[in-house]
Amino acid sequence: MNAIVKVENVGMSFDTKKGRFIALQNVNLQIKKGEVVSLIGHSGCGKSTLLNLIAGLTLPTSGVMLCNGREIAGPGPERAVVFQNHSLLPWLNCFENVYLAVERVFGTKEGKEKLKARTNEALEMVHMSHAAQKLPHEISGGMKQRIGIARAFAMEPQILLMDEPFGALDALTRASLQDELIGVMEKTGATVVMVTHDVDEAVLLSDRVVMMTNGPAATIGEILEVKLPKPRDRLALAHDAHFVECRAAILEFLYQKQMKKAA
Amino acid sequence: MTTASLTSGLVAVRPEAESAPVVRGEVTKTEDSKMGATTHTDKAAAAPAKADDSVSFDTHLGNFVRKVIPPLLGFALVIGVWALVAMKSADFPGPGKTWDAAVVLFSDPFYSNGPNDQGIGWNILSSLKRVAIGFGVAALVGIPLGFIIGRFAFMNSMLEPIISILRPVSPLAWLPIGLMVFKAADPASTWTIFICSIWPMILNTAQGVQRVPQDYLNVARVLNLSEFKIITKILFPSVLPYMLTGIRLSIGTAWLVIVAAEMLTGGVGIGFWVWDEWNNLKVEHIIIAIFVIGIVGLLLEQLLLLIARRFSYGAN
Repeated sequence: MNAIVKVENVGMSFDTKKGRFIALQNVNLQIKKGEVVSLIGHSGCGKSTLLNLIAGLTLPTSGVMLCNGREIAGPGPERAVVFQNHSLLPWLNCFENVYLAVERVFGTKEGKEKLKARTNEALEMVHMSHAAQKLPHEISGGMKQRIGIARAFAMEPQILLMDEPFGALDALTRASLQDELIGVMEKTGATVVMVTHDVDEAVLLSDRVVMMTNGPAATIGEILEVKLPKPRDRLALAHDAHFVECRAAILEFLYQKQMKKAA
Repeated sequence: MTTASLTSGLVAVRPEAESAPVVRGEVTKTEDSKMGATTHTDKAAAAPAKADDSVSFDTHLGNFVRKVIPPLLGFALVIGVWALVAMKSADFPGPGKTWDAAVVLFSDPFYSNGPNDQGIGWNILSSLKRVAIGFGVAALVGIPLGFIIGRFAFMNSMLEPIISILRPVSPLAWLPIGLMVFKAADPASTWTIFICSIWPMILNTAQGVQRVPQDYLNVARVLNLSEFKIITKILFPSVLPYMLTGIRLSIGTAWLVIVAAEMLTGGVGIGFWVWDEWNNLKVEHIIIAIFVIGIVGLLLEQLLLLIARRFSYGAN
């Protein structure tokens, strides 16, 4: 298969005051085009570290990271990131925040009108057209995250990286944003890598769930294929046998095999 | 972090500190309205027949009284003490005499009988002009320098010791150097304003640059923004509140220093005027000058607070 991202024997260690801290070791992963992959694990297992490595925000200390067959040497707009804390620029309104990204990616080949149309389209996709002229602090946390998602999708990246995109939201808002994301992914056929620690979210959204062992020296423990037809509906899935099975498998991994010592 | 040492060592004031009074103001406001609300219910309970309109009028009146009475009492106390002191002393003019002098003074603020006898309006304006020039040049030099120090650790380590030594020096100590270089009193006092204004601007700008949230820089990296876009869309807006704090601190100091500098150099200006009136033994004019200097300083500060508030983008 044509893998967009290849992670081969990647290790990551940090030099701390107490000496060398090995965060990741021997990580091997391939992400295919159009695939949705979740990274799940206990906190501190290095799942965000792995995502940052794919994003190119940090570089691995050993191993090789490839994107389209080329080594990842730094961040780039073909690998868009949705940050956990939305990271909208507070001095730009929602439209301008998205436009900044659109302009950077398409500005050289397209005219202003086309760029504006793209921005409006992205806002429309997450149902935020009404807030285009609002500043980030004037809208709710869930809305900010929608804009963050719109900004990432508007760049039409080859792969979309999301770092606990709904981690800071309440359960109801989170559910509605997940549904929104399902719709957007369906429409765009995007390739997504998502960090989460929500088991239901992982099963609901992904084709594969990558379960990571506890750090230090964390690595990939198991990979679970979720063979549920798309688009998925959370209500129908609640009693689906395969859904329940997948959920149980992840819970078992997290709470039996990788039980964290009481912190 | 090497870059942090400069700012931590020299205690630059953060914008949070500047937004604090604003927040405090809001809190007292809500407390006021709460208190107003309780009196409202008390009164409503006491007189249930009262119409809603008059109750809300009472609430507004209550708020107004609560806001206005304490400051008025404060002023009354000061004036009272002043009057008592003036009664005991032969030289010290009382509030009444000072008021009469002020009325005469402000009835014609813009007369000019040669350089040594000008209206108080001219004196204030020429002081403000000196502050504006010294301060403006300091901003032109200090803000870019702050950016450079904040952005490059090397420059920070290079300039930190120099700034640490020079900053605590009273700006008036620089006055003789100014006199020597410029051979004139007027640019020399402007020069002291420049010296005293530049430190807060450099330090706060540098601190602002060092404190640009990593999240925003990550956004810039993921989008692969050009250096120009990074400066205009990310660095500058996020440093702006720090810069404005630096500017506000500078203007406060500049207004303090100009009075002292003008007392030493002479010429036209509010500081010189104070000294001149002391030589003429018109103590009531000195008291008026103290009020005027205080009020102008307050206005300058409020103006900058207003600008700063315009550019503070609510917390995330």
